[in-house]
Amino acid sequence: MSPLALLAVDEAAASPSFAILPALILVPVLTAVAIAFLPGRRADYLKVAALTGSTITGAFSLYVLAQFDIDDPGLQFVTQQDWIPSLGLSWFLAVDGISLFLVVLTGLLFPIAILTTEPHHDAKPYYAWLMLLMAGSMGAFLALDLLLFFLFFEVVLVPMYFLIGGWGHGNRVQAAMKFFLYTMAASALMLVGIVSVVFLSAAATGGPTFDVTALAEAQALSDTAALLVFITFAIAFAVKVPVFPVHTWLPDAHTEAPTAGSVILAGVMLKLGTYGLIRFGVYLFPAVVDQYGLVLMTLGVIGIIYGAAAATMQRDLKRLVAYSSVAHMGFIVLGIFALNSQGLEGAVLQMVNHGISTGALFILVGWVYERRHTRQISALGGLQKAAPVMAGVFTLVMLSSIGLPGLNGFVGEFLILLGAFSSARWWAVVATAGVILAALYLLWAYQRSFHGPAEGENADMADLRLSEFMGILPLLVLIVGLGVYPKPVLDRIAPAVDELVSHVEAHAEDFSEQEPAPVERRGTEELISTAEEAHEGAKEGEE
Amino acid sequence: MLDAAWLIPAFPLLGFAVLLVFGRRMGEPIAGWVATFASLGSFLSTVGVFFALQGEATDERFHIVTLFTWVSSGSFTVDAGLLIDPLSITMCLFITGVGTLIHLYSIGYMHGDEKFSTFFVYLNLFVASMLVLVLGDNLLLTFLGWEGVGACSYFLISFWFTDPANATAGKKAFVTNRVGDFGFMLAAFLVFVELGSINYADILTRAGELSTFSATLIVVLFLLAATGKSAQIPLFVWLPDAMAGPTPVSALIHAATMVTSGVFLLTRLNPVLAEAEVWSLGLIAWLGALTALFAATAAVAQNDIKKVLAYSTVSQLGYMVLAVGVGGYVPAIFHMITHAFFKALLFLGSGSVIHGLHEEQDMRRMGGVARFMPITAMTFVIGWLAIAGVPPFSGFWSKDEVLLLAWNADGLGGPALWAVGLITALLTAFYMTRQVILTFLGRTRFFDPTPEEIESARAARLDEAREGIGAAEEAHASAMAAVEKAEADVTKRQDALTKAQESLVDATAAVAASSEGADGHDKLVKALDKAEKAVPKAETALAKATDGVSAANDGVREAEEARAVAIVAVDRVSAAEVAAPSEFVTAQTPKPEIEGLEEYLPESYAHRREYHPHESPWTMTTPLVVLAGLAIVAGALNLPFTKELHFLEHWLEPSLFGNEAKVTASAATKWLLAIIAILVGAVAIVASFAVYLRGRFDPSRIEAEPLRQAWYVDDSYASFMGGPGRRLFDGIAWFDRTIVDGAVRGTAGGLSSIGRTLRVTQPGFVRSYALGISVGTLFVMVWFLGRLYA
Repeated sequence: MSPLALLAVDEAAASPSFAILPALILVPVLTAVAIAFLPGRRADYLKVAALTGSTITGAFSLYVLAQFDIDDPGLQFVTQQDWIPSLGLSWFLAVDGISLFLVVLTGLLFPIAILTTEPHHDAKPYYAWLMLLMAGSMGAFLALDLLLFFLFFEVVLVPMYFLIGGWGHGNRVQAAMKFFLYTMAASALMLVGIVSVVFLSAAATGGPTFDVTALAEAQALSDTAALLVFITFAIAFAVKVPVFPVHTWLPDAHTEAPTAGSVILAGVMLKLGTYGLIRFGVYLFPAVVDQYGLVLMTLGVIGIIYGAAAATMQRDLKRLVAYSSVAHMGFIVLGIFALNSQGLEGAVLQMVNHGISTGALFILVGWVYERRHTRQISALGGLQKAAPVMAGVFTLVMLSSIGLPGLNGFVGEFLILLGAFSSARWWAVVATAGVILAALYLLWAYQRSFHGPAEGENADMADLRLSEFMGILPLLVLIVGLGVYPKPVLDRIAPAVDELVSHVEAHAEDFSEQEPAPVERRGTEELISTAEEAHEGAKEGEE
Repeated sequence: MLDAAWLIPAFPLLGFAVLLVFGRRMGEPIAGWVATFASLGSFLSTVGVFFALQGEATDERFHIVTLFTWVSSGSFTVDAGLLIDPLSITMCLFITGVGTLIHLYSIGYMHGDEKFSTFFVYLNLFVASMLVLVLGDNLLLTFLGWEGVGACSYFLISFWFTDPANATAGKKAFVTNRVGDFGFMLAAFLVFVELGSINYADILTRAGELSTFSATLIVVLFLLAATGKSAQIPLFVWLPDAMAGPTPVSALIHAATMVTSGVFLLTRLNPVLAEAEVWSLGLIAWLGALTALFAATAAVAQNDIKKVLAYSTVSQLGYMVLAVGVGGYVPAIFHMITHAFFKALLFLGSGSVIHGLHEEQDMRRMGGVARFMPITAMTFVIGWLAIAGVPPFSGFWSKDEVLLLAWNADGLGGPALWAVGLITALLTAFYMTRQVILTFLGRTRFFDPTPEEIESARAARLDEAREGIGAAEEAHASAMAAVEKAEADVTKRQDALTKAQESLVDATAAVAASSEGADGHDKLVKALDKAEKAVPKAETALAKATDGVSAANDGVREAEEARAVAIVAVDRVSAAEVAAPSEFVTAQTPKPEIEGLEEYLPESYAHRREYHPHESPWTMTTPLVVLAGLAIVAGALNLPFTKELHFLEHWLEPSLFGNEAKVTASAATKWLLAIIAILVGAVAIVASFAVYLRGRFDPSRIEAEPLRQAWYVDDSYASFMGGPGRRLFDGIAWFDRTIVDGAVRGTAGGLSSIGRTLRVTQPGFVRSYALGISVGTLFVMVWFLGRLYA
């Protein structure tokens, strides 16, 4: 990390205005370093330090959001600095409409995860690892140099491995190992893919370059080569998402991870997979994606139904939420490979929504566990009696996850299904059936945990403290806000998605976006004239 | 005023927000009043908009209010916009009107509930969602309302969540409706793909561009959605269970408003229906007709006062769906309005009864309630006359219109539809009369001991009788012992007497043998004297002992008698089981025989005897009176006699775009159909009176078990979900654990055993690495040297 961080300092100093993107990586790194020098006994100081560092980063990400040019479909806030010029490596950071909200989501979820949870032991390494994780996640969403992305993509595994292994529950060591080896093994091949695509394109790009934009424009690979390289990328990302059938690391990792780990894992790290599928899948290999996208759509649809069915039968509340992620991420994959505005915009929006809703669900399940020392659904019951506020918050988050219109989850899900319906009708039909199942498993789990008579410890479980409520409140506001008024978000995603779709159109033969043609909107006047015509017709009929 | 239409949903939404934050602090009854006034504000805004709209020329009664762009992506754009037209405003009028009355009623009904303010939070949110549903200017906004009312319905059904049955009913309602939502979403997608827009302005004006196939598919998918929300076959199963919620909820959501959404949606989309194949319209009509009939048969055999009304609602919704299917949009909306009045009235009336009778819901435990609750009874009777189709009450007019349109339907089996509708009307009049009789007339069975109480008293009595046998037996045993003791005493006394007599004889002989003055003569005389006295003493003792024996024998006899009495008592109490109250009740059902049991009845009985059934407070009776008034006069909205009296038809005309079916039947036919309907209703009412008031016919032969179980449809679903459905899901969870993850673990295990094998090469000793390096270097050197000199 440190050489990169130093480079970032140089860059920040060199550029005329304050380079905000490197700061998003640098601030958490510096916070981690600072935490390393703080006394380890005072957990509260460490928490304040981590909270400060992550909040500053979050504020910077909001600054990026505020300064983001809504009309510019391309890359913004570009920071490009040669790194190893002979190999075509560069320190290349930028955001566009696709990564913007993932950066903001990362900037938002870390402070909330830190605020709402406690490590209980060894606070110092815990917060240090969390801050490094934040830096790595930011880096992965910002990097547009393939190798730089790969480094960040791999680097985030280490802090997460230690967080699960060190602060997790029961089977934590095994779960951490499984998580690490599974994702590591899957991405090992991607490195081969990256090197291949760079050197196979070298002739077209005038010497090797890891610059994603240059590679995407060159489109220098033969069909077969492109397919093979795409497969290495797809496997790495599919494990990360995770896509059926390579999802089984996820229930273990989510269940055993400490609450903050689960929140970040579901909220941020899974998005690296779907983000990668868009940025390095669709963008680099438009022709392959056009031709074989249906395979991934199929896996997405299987994930929707399969994840929901498996979630229904879980006995552990946290494991149930973990399986629900499999279903939700299936929707996102479906939307991406619909390859039209609605599908892709819905997918990007849904990444954010899933981060908010599932993050909030994990926080809530964590609170239940803190109070009751169990996550077994059968041991819970009637919690709403003792904890009405928590029950209300849980209900709102649950309905968001179910996809109730008016809340955030619906807009993304609807756009994804609408997009998929335009490009692959029957896939959308099956996926829409998954909407029924989402209501089934969540409401059933809620009923068994929160409804019914309360006995024993369930009867006097403490309700949310004000501090806890304030901690989760930003997520609740977003759940309602993005459901009622998603336009500001969609407006910023749309240009980049349109650009991406035209990129696919330019480079994939026979591809055209599957979307109904825009129509002139009708209104009051047309309604009136239609009614008048009908009226005339009726009169004539009588005469 | 038209531009201010956003006020209509804004009032209850504001009420919701205020109550969400401050509701608990406001508490009872302020929270209830805030909610009521929010709803009232909405109603007054609606009235304002109504008059503004009426001020426009007939065909110009359309107005779209766009608030902001809600979702926009590519060529897909929907606004948060309101479509103001006769149809939506008609819906709004009765939603907010009935809604306000039910808010007011709830202030009384929810009195004392610890979640009083929460109830009104949900109620206001419900009204807001319902208004969005009908006012939305596009399918997506309607869907927002559609799901919003579903969520509120879920909250309110499981309002008293500590009872698992309520929680289950809430979940069932939500999940069942989701099956319908599946249809809604797919239909919306299809509309977008076909027309490039899901705004009503585009759909309604460009429906003609749809191919017949697409239009048919869209209609069928929306019909699926409607079977969920409007509780039609096959998705009706949630509605009877939804009665677990508080009664105002049943009245507002599950009778008057939410459940009509499906009918509204199909009516709204009438230009699409006009493009669809005729068979899909037939499907709608027949689904409605069969649902109407099916639910009416189930309603005949229910004992829960609300369950009767629930099945009745399903049945009446069937009429509306039937009307839509035959192109009778006006009768559908007409019946929707009158039904909203009379069914809300009936539900609120039943709530008032339940409230007045200490939460009793079983009609078998009611009867004669009219005595205690005159206002409730009077208004309920009006609701009954309305739903039973008695002219001139409102239900007669709207139902008659539906039946006329059914008769009129060409190519869909019109007369058969009419016949099904007529049989349903017959059953409706029958079961509603039964409900009125069992609830309000006859003897008050409320104070009767319940079967449970009788059972418990019988058990107590039996225990006591059994104890009596034990005591009698004990007494008998001790009496027997006393007899034995007395008999032993007699024997002893007998011996003593014999001895005394012997000594007398001896003494007499001795005196005779000795001479006077002889030595010891005096002594002998004295002994003789003593012996003479001893004999009568012994005789007396013997007589006493003999008496003792007979007394003891008397005791034994008495004990035996007591035992016999106790045994008879036990037998009698045991035999009393046969006289347990029947589960089939009429007004003639006698008070259960409880002779000899009175003092054994449990305390609950005594408590109930002291309970005074009472009329409900004014907050509850006022809505009843207002709704009763509406239930009487609402028929005037669309009287059939002259064209000028078809107010509703004229008003709705622009929204229906000429798609309303034309009635071709002659005036004579219309009169005949109406007279037949009246006669059938009268017959049903008379029959019901004969059975349930006079007791002329055994009700157990009518209330058959399959009817009570609603033909076991719900049970079949439940056993499918609990059986094969559950096993399938368990199978998937097992598959994931064992097969998918198993493969991963297998691979990992394989790799780790390869690792163990390879570990031999990495022992970790520096000297062996050194050896390896040396040997390797040697090899390399040899190889280079070999190449160099080759």
